[in-house]
Amino acid sequence: MGGFIQSSTMRKFAMALSGLFLVFFLLQHFIINLTSVTSPDTFNELSHFMGTNPLVQVLLQPVLIFGVIFHFAMGFILEAKNKKARNVNYVKYNGGANASWMSRNMIYSGIVILAFLGLHFYDFWVPEMVHKYIQSHPEDATRYYAETIAKFESPVRTGIYVVAFIFLMLHLLHGFSSSFQSIGWNNKYSKALKGFTQAYAIIIPLGFIFIAVYHYLNH
Amino acid sequence: MKLTLKIWRQENANAKGKMETYPIEGIEGDMSFLEMLDVLNEELVAKGEEPVEFDHDCREGICGTCSLQINGEPHGPDKLITTCQLHMRTFNDGDTIVIEPFRATAFPVIKDLIVDRSALDRIQQAGGYVSVNTSGNTIDANSIPVNKHDADDSFNAATCIGCGACVAACKNASAMLFTSAKVSQYALLPQGKVEATERVLNMVRQMDEEGFGNCSNTGACEIECPKGISLENIARLNREYLSASTKS
Ligand code: SF4
Ligand code: FES
Repeated sequence: MGGFIQSSTMRKFAMALSGLFLVFFLLQHFIINLTSVTSPDTFNELSHFMGTNPLVQVLLQPVLIFGVIFHFAMGFILEAKNKKARNVNYVKYNGGANASWMSRNMIYSGIVILAFLGLHFYDFWVPEMVHKYIQSHPEDATRYYAETIAKFESPVRTGIYVVAFIFLMLHLLHGFSSSFQSIGWNNKYSKALKGFTQAYAIIIPLGFIFIAVYHYLNH
Repeated sequence: MKLTLKIWRQENANAKGKMETYPIEGIEGDMSFLEMLDVLNEELVAKGEEPVEFDHDCREGICGTCSLQINGEPHGPDKLITTCQLHMRTFNDGDTIVIEPFRATAFPVIKDLIVDRSALDRIQQAGGYVSVNTSGNTIDANSIPVNKHDADDSFNAATCIGCGACVAACKNASAMLFTSAKVSQYALLPQGKVEATERVLNMVRQMDEEGFGNCSNTGACEIECPKGISLENIARLNREYLSASTKS
């Protein structure tokens, strides 16, 4: 991987691909979550499938974890390199005059998302792993819905989720369309694509917020 | 017009610089920004002080020599112009104007507002050319048919004057827009295809070696570029680089 990642253009490409993969994962996660509002039974079925299917557990889950770690690690590496590329800062730097806040602060929105992922893993992933692989419980395909909505009884946790998704929105508003530029896709369809990516960046996080708030209000 | 100028002063490459404040009066709106600095320098010389060093040559927006970060933006607040084309009517009486050199690790300060932009020359030298046999039977470039659209895009890329404003504007101090313009200018033409693979690989390698940052698509370069070089060139560079990597 050394040679691959040594060039700035390849780092950019790798960042874009891992980002696009995570964007796609987000959609799948969102669709499953949405069923927790529309049909608890479907939610249980889908969660059971994701939690027990060997392909998902042994192949997709490690790929996802690798994707997440890679995207974050690369984000920090790029930030450090970019800081080094300007060793003396401007006294006056009018960044807002030529670039969006989102594009200039990807590292900060990224850090908030990383912190959120810590909480999210602690809330769901760690208990799942313990439940499945450490303590051996008889498999109960109907437990997921109740376990999930129980997390949203706390207003603090629900609030944290809401804030995190706002930062995810900011991150995606730049990151999603930026990925296409990085893989060299800039042509007459780019404007339409940008519209789509921005709609996605707003709708999906708002959807996640809706689901969290819905369960908080209905517990 | 009466103005307050805050200007970066630095004796030489190794000295520690600092901002100095200079009040200035009698500035006309029709003066260019560089003429305003000329007025300041004449006053400084008359007082026996060191004039402020700044880069300039053509003073008509074609050579790419002038630079300056003015109130936080390269080439000042107006778009699609260089500092030498910026006029004082853009500012108001009583304004404070902050003037700094273009900042990037790859652009070390030589003195005051002058920075060494030879890193861009080295990127160009790493591959920004076509090898032409000039032994006597050179074929006229115009005898090779070129698609109009490609010719226009190539020409637009070739209007890059190598000023480095893209680097100065970028929060990552990335030289991607410059490099992409120089790659695109040749990649779009039949004459450039022969050396396309080594060109893009070598130019990107040189760009990285010079210590420029990584592009994160903020788009600041495109907005601040005095020649309107578009981000499409960066996407083209990315494509060229990917296809070259699979070939090499
Ligand atoms: S791309 Fe634009 S800003 Fe960058 S060096 Fe060329 S002319 Fe200057
Ligand atoms: S002095 Fe030549 S472009 Fe400004």
